Amino acid sequence: MKKILAIALALAMMMTASFAMAEEAIKIGVIGPMTGPYAVYGLAVQYGAQIAAEEINAQGGIQLEILAADDQGDGELGVNAYNDLLDDGANIMLATVTSGSCLAVSDVAYEERVFMLTPSGSADAITVGKDNIYRVCFKDSAQGLASAQYIADHKLATKIGVIYNNALDYSIGIYNSFKTKAAELGLEIVAEAAFSDDTNADFSVQISKMQEAGAELVFLPIYYTPASLILSQSASAGYSPIFFGVDGMDGILTLEGFDKTLAEGVMLLTPFSADAEDELTRNFVATYQAKYGEIPNQFAADAYDGVYALKAAIELAGITADTAPEDACDPMIAAMQQIEVAGLTGTMRWDATGEVDKTPTAVVIKDGVYVGAK
Amino acid sequence: MIQFLSYLVNGISLGSVYAIIALGYSMVYGIAKMLNFAHGDVIMVGAFVSFSATQYWGMSPLVSVVVAVAVCTLLGILIERLAYKPLRSATSLAVLITAIGMSWLLQNLALLIWGANPKSFTSIVNLGSIVLFDGQLRITSEAIVTVLANIVIMLVLTQFTGKTKMGKAMRAVSEDRGAAELMGINVNATISMTFAIGSGLAAIAGVLLCSAYPVLMPTTGSMPGIKAFTAAVFGGIGSIPGALIGGLLLGIIEILGKAYVSTELGDALVFAVLIIVLLVKPTGLLGKKVHEKV
Repeated sequence: MKKILAIALALAMMMTASFAMAEEAIKIGVIGPMTGPYAVYGLAVQYGAQIAAEEINAQGGIQLEILAADDQGDGELGVNAYNDLLDDGANIMLATVTSGSCLAVSDVAYEERVFMLTPSGSADAITVGKDNIYRVCFKDSAQGLASAQYIADHKLATKIGVIYNNALDYSIGIYNSFKTKAAELGLEIVAEAAFSDDTNADFSVQISKMQEAGAELVFLPIYYTPASLILSQSASAGYSPIFFGVDGMDGILTLEGFDKTLAEGVMLLTPFSADAEDELTRNFVATYQAKYGEIPNQFAADAYDGVYALKAAIELAGITADTAPEDACDPMIAAMQQIEVAGLTGTMRWDATGEVDKTPTAVVIKDGVYVGAK
Repeated sequence: MIQFLSYLVNGISLGSVYAIIALGYSMVYGIAKMLNFAHGDVIMVGAFVSFSATQYWGMSPLVSVVVAVAVCTLLGILIERLAYKPLRSATSLAVLITAIGMSWLLQNLALLIWGANPKSFTSIVNLGSIVLFDGQLRITSEAIVTVLANIVIMLVLTQFTGKTKMGKAMRAVSEDRGAAELMGINVNATISMTFAIGSGLAAIAGVLLCSAYPVLMPTTGSMPGIKAFTAAVFGGIGSIPGALIGGLLLGIIEILGKAYVSTELGDALVFAVLIIVLLVKPTGLLGKKVHEKV
């Protein structure tokens, strides 16, 4: 009796195994901070990627599986996570989320010829000299240049102050390119004040410095969490210049409990806004909210677009679940340069440098919503 | 001159937040003789409870503070009972490590319960600012309330430890645990009580911290916790007035350092001051040197 049972079980296992083989999914490795202080970004990427994969799987055709691993935003843990994912059978990487970890992991992925698309690692150096590293978001310097250009073109101000985070590659990268471009365009930076990390909650001194120097516009190449503190403390200091942010500012309106009147008149350049009226964004936001109870930020949108970009490239390159990561690499590189993806963050094309071509839109916050700025 | 005054005011408002956290730190250290590194995270829990009470359960801000104090008091007793009491006779290093572990546990539990997205805390004070010298000097109502809360808490605590029976028991436990036990004092109950009060204070500190600096996430309590620890050591750990003075001075040093030295070096200056104070006066500004009799 026991023997028969054992044989029956073995048969059942074989059947399920062969059944699974028929529709075996291509495994996409996602690496990001799922715990720790940057968890908000890692989880957003994981969730955004998951939604895209589920949509694609529901359509039939190629099947994707998202394998997520935690790096806490740290390079060393990132490389460990990368190795774990390869051991688990990942074919392609959608990684990593933060710039610091992405620099470390992209070096290894370049050496080992594993194709990697970073949803949100924005440091310029990530893609430099590495032909198999692509990115969904803008690189830092592109945002600094675009911001300075926009401010000059629209004559928003001539006296500019900058508050930036000098412990964050993202912030420094944008700030440096902004400074160079501003000098070219005749914009005067009258005050600059750095702060050292996100746990720093008191911005009274930085705000006083802007106020003293008479800055008419304050450029904030930082994330929305410290920005929300700067806005609230500027209001209590009675200082109201134009605040100008970049894509890191996106999310401020969905910050739970935030008094939106504080953000009135804030301008930002961003490729994604959760309030956009197009059908794609509306569906994505609704699904995300239903599944995870939160409004998605640009990281989630970058990841969603990243999965669709990978899907398009996978189809074109003819990658299957059996393709080893190193064999998938060159066909993926060729395919990425041919695809065009209309996603949440705009219509994207890629060139051989791995940089994306899409247009940032300038928005201004009016009555608690984004309004397209002219 | 007015600029300087304005920095000073900002320093005092920042310092008063450190002070209110330091009061709890100092009290627990003074009596239980342990560094409760989870104190900063109890503060975070207090702020989250108050936030949830107003945002999700529709309570008024003042009621939410009462709820936060109640929850944190219970949490404090629970932490003490589960994590610290079994280690009463262990080495102080073991207790210290446990406290750090507890800090991580609380942060990650908060991550599970409230999620990773930061929240913006609505100030429970929000009465606008006092404007002086044609708007050149502004004092926020949060700063005034925090300073007042500090003074009230300090007075109540000194009265409590000085006058009541429980307070006397606390001082006895602080001086000599073994002798206190022989005199019939219930040491465990006294230490539990200390944690209960310390954690209740942490809830108030959390609400005031987030009213002044309205971002709330699971790591919100850790840096202020470390700064407040510095303030407590600076003022003389174990001394209640010392915590207040240490906190205020620390805030002023941080703001003036940022203003006149470099905005990036505020934290470095704070910790440099700590090192200097410890070198010159190891017991802190108001700390007493206790001679051990052999």
